Amino acid sequence: MKYMMMMHAPRGSGDWGINNWSPEDFKAHIAFMHNFNKELTDSGVFVQAEGLASPEEAKVVRAAADGAPITDGPFAESKEFLAGYWIIEVDRPERAYELAARVSAAPGHNGVPLNMPVEVRQVMSGPPSKDA
Amino acid sequence: MTSRPPDESALHLLRELAPQVLGVVARRHGDFAAAEDAVQEALIAAATQWPTAGIPTNPRGWLYQVAIRRLNDQLRSDLARRRREELVASERGVTEPFVPPPDAELGLEQDDTLVLLFMCCHPALTPPSAIALTLRAVGGLTTAEIANAFLVPEATMAQRISRAKQSIKTSNVPFRMPTETERAERLGAVLHVLYLIFNEGYSSSVGPDLQRTDLSNEATRLTRTVHALSPADQEVVGLLALMLLTDARRAARTGPHGELIPLDEQDRASWSQPLIVEGVALISSALSKGSIGSYQLQAAIAAIHDEAARVEDTDWRQILAFYGLLKRMSDNPMVTLNHAIAAAMVDGPLHGLELLTVLDRDARMKGHYRLDAVRAHLYQMAGDHERAFAHYRAAAERTTSVPERDYLSAKAALVRTRAPLTPVDSLE
Repeated sequence: MKYMMMMHAPRGSGDWGINNWSPEDFKAHIAFMHNFNKELTDSGVFVQAEGLASPEEAKVVRAAADGAPITDGPFAESKEFLAGYWIIEVDRPERAYELAARVSAAPGHNGVPLNMPVEVRQVMSGPPSKDA
Repeated sequence: MTSRPPDESALHLLRELAPQVLGVVARRHGDFAAAEDAVQEALIAAATQWPTAGIPTNPRGWLYQVAIRRLNDQLRSDLARRRREELVASERGVTEPFVPPPDAELGLEQDDTLVLLFMCCHPALTPPSAIALTLRAVGGLTTAEIANAFLVPEATMAQRISRAKQSIKTSNVPFRMPTETERAERLGAVLHVLYLIFNEGYSSSVGPDLQRTDLSNEATRLTRTVHALSPADQEVVGLLALMLLTDARRAARTGPHGELIPLDEQDRASWSQPLIVEGVALISSALSKGSIGSYQLQAAIAAIHDEAARVEDTDWRQILAFYGLLKRMSDNPMVTLNHAIAAAMVDGPLHGLELLTVLDRDARMKGHYRLDAVRAHLYQMAGDHERAFAHYRAAAERTTSVPERDYLSAKAALVRTRAPLTPVDSLE
């Protein structure tokens, strides 16, 4: 079964924001993510992962009556944003929760775990697409 | 596509032969799009069969025969379908559209690589289309390989290539060498596409890896081919030299975790001396021949960096002079940016910052992380760590490359916590 882990990160400012991080904090955080991804790959559960660019330019788009795009945002006041996601293939949901908890505890300022919220959702299955 | 990758030499041979075979098939058949599909199938067949069966004695003839057979199969099924659809009553059988000529008559001695390049890099195509089509038709890469290099699904890349061929068909680009007058302009488009392929491999604009060396290697190989076929063109020499002199620093450019290492922090001992020697020889000979173009100037600047044994030996005055020439030659905001860096190294950071102000009014630079990154460096040089921090943070939030974001975040953290003066980091 496939799961998507969506990592929500705090905005840049604030108590746990990255503006206060030291170079060592960054190094530790990057090394953590690097090792986490490598472990997912090595253990055969990695399917896909993408990091999303900063939400600075993020827009919410709706179609107008004539189909033209109506854009809203960016929403500077929101406290968290979707920073990236992983898709993993595991044999039971508990395994996905364990992995989500691991990445949630990625180190932040002074190595203190960030305990970021990670939303875990099962990916629906269906008939293979014709291109697969 | 291939369950087992062919060994290096077979792969190299295939990529060399791909445009030559396609040239002949396209000439004989007249339909470039169909010919290209057939040759692609022949290449895939070769990539699967040659590693086990061995390379045939006449590999070009082999590819040609397989491609023609595929083309005939395709035509036959098209004809059959059309016949069914049109309910043609005539009992006339389908005639063999082609009889493969004996090997001697293939006309394989004529190299169509340049003709194909001019066709695939046609100005009617958008750069992503031209790049994809060039890699497939001229580079001999499979759709799967190209899709992999650009991190998109294979079906997407197949569609992009097919649409590119459709555009060529509808714009009626003839399969022939451009005339002398068209040539200069069209060669510019060819070199630009090769340059983009190289850059995409060298500094990937998307994804977690900073470099995708396959693309850089392919761009360099194709540029070598253009140089061999068009040895008198000094801009081709300039582009080839630029690629070699940039590629020479490849190993020094990333750390063990794929992180970016800027020019001034690189271990210069790990730069490739053979590439530097070749690149310097090429650019020196090109510059001595007069008519100087922008690729030659960029190569000359790369050569100055490569020839400095230590970062403090860099001849910034000469770099500044070359950027001055480049600036007069093209209206490119990236040139203005690099010119400002060189000016800062020669006349101080405040002068560099002053030269950057013109870019605030340039719509092409709006929201571009490079402008913030350079400002941050120059403020850091000037000792204004508060501004340097703000611009490093802005740059980190604007870049779409993971290694660059990590690098800029670390720089921001560094100027916030400490206050060391470091020379300007990177021209890349």
